[in-house]
Amino acid sequence: MATTEEIRTTLASIVNDVAGIPVEDVQMDKSFTDDLDVDSLSMVEVVVEAEEKFDVKIPDDEVKNLKTVGDAVAFIERAQA
Amino acid sequence: MSPTTVVITGLGATSPLGGDVASTWDAMLAGRSGVRRLSHDWAAQLPVQIAAEVEVDPSEVLDRVKARRLDRSAQLAMVAAMAAWADAGLTGVELDGERVGVAVASGIGGVQTLLSNYDALITKGPRRVSPLAIPMLMPNSPAANIGLLVGARAGVHTPVSACASGNEGIALGVDMIRLGRVDLVVVGGTEAAVHPLPLAAFANMMALSKRNDDPERASRPWDTARDGFVLGEGAGILVLESAEHARSRGARVYARVAGAGITADSHDIAQPDPVGAGARRAIERALTEADLKPSDIGHINAHATSTPQGDVAESLAIRGALGPAADEVVVTSTKSMTGHLLGAAGALESIATVLALHERRVPPTINLDSVDEGVELDIATSVRELPEGDLAALNNSFGFGGHNVALAFTTA
Repeated sequence: MATTEEIRTTLASIVNDVAGIPVEDVQMDKSFTDDLDVDSLSMVEVVVEAEEKFDVKIPDDEVKNLKTVGDAVAFIERAQA
Repeated sequence: MSPTTVVITGLGATSPLGGDVASTWDAMLAGRSGVRRLSHDWAAQLPVQIAAEVEVDPSEVLDRVKARRLDRSAQLAMVAAMAAWADAGLTGVELDGERVGVAVASGIGGVQTLLSNYDALITKGPRRVSPLAIPMLMPNSPAANIGLLVGARAGVHTPVSACASGNEGIALGVDMIRLGRVDLVVVGGTEAAVHPLPLAAFANMMALSKRNDDPERASRPWDTARDGFVLGEGAGILVLESAEHARSRGARVYARVAGAGITADSHDIAQPDPVGAGARRAIERALTEADLKPSDIGHINAHATSTPQGDVAESLAIRGALGPAADEVVVTSTKSMTGHLLGAAGALESIATVLALHERRVPPTINLDSVDEGVELDIATSVRELPEGDLAALNNSFGFGGHNVALAFTTA
């Protein structure tokens, strides 16, 4: 099971791939839409990539609640538990 | 009232001969082939293992994040459009977007995105189909993305008429200016279909050359040993303006688009009319619309794809439309070097036609060792000079479905 920091690092690399944001800018307090240039379609890409990387399910209904990187990390941690 | 004069002020391309217009044109004048044996693993199982892929991959030019949201056909179109926009001197220039349009065609659209997402669906399941698949694969995606690039808020269009699409895009742009709907329009075509499915499908139609062991000699329009076309990819984009708009901003003018002729064969879904009747009417209509006589024409960039039937039908169409004046016309097929870019063919070949008028030099048709006896044309097999003075040229494009589009260009 991945640690909090491992989850954040992996998400950072996914966000970098999808939106071109430098990995060091992908911090817990950052908003996907407002800070990281991840629009709604790109967010689906991030979610699907994260599901595969962490072997979790992130339901479509849940995606709207994942506003920040910290929200996503916390959800993935809970889902892995 | 005479129709609005339409001028060409910007050219952009990425092709099997080069990543821009200058390198593509130089390679055409040098008679260089862009056809290669395909090195992809998937090619080994195909009956046709040659194609003309772009010389400069769009990933070398475009921002990575922007590129991954575009099908390859849109990537190629964006590369060519950015170059055409800069060539027209429009970089950083504020235009009224409501007077700017786009007419950029594609024959097949985002076929690589469609098929790669189908592969993902089958192998990994529906969750792995990209949320970007639809905006990437829709055939209007290249035109729409160019519209976003240049801030076009008048009509943004995507004519689709198979291998006549690129010319139809240019013809539509001319109409938009002449109807007063725009002052400036970005036109042309794009195609990126070098993928095993289109290759297998065209091969099964018996449309493609199978000269796998001699790729550079495979595209040989009008030659007795021709055995089909070579699939190519790339994009050609032109900036058209009303002469008044171009003059008001002091733009450099390459040539004029004097008229277009668009007809349909109503003969067969894939075979050309064997005597080229529809193609002949397209040429005649282009001359009429452009107010040109056959003797005004100095050069034709032919559709001539290197298929047994089509090349002869077109030569009959040219002779039929121009009569004895055809003897004085220098004809070439740049497809002998670029392969057949399908929906981008007319656009890239219009650029070659415009440059031939602008520089008064016609690029050669390569691989023409023995002209088919049914073909009575003066075909350039080396670079040919065009005379000084007012001169007109034609570019023909014909597509599956029986679409014929002839464009008439005149010196500026």
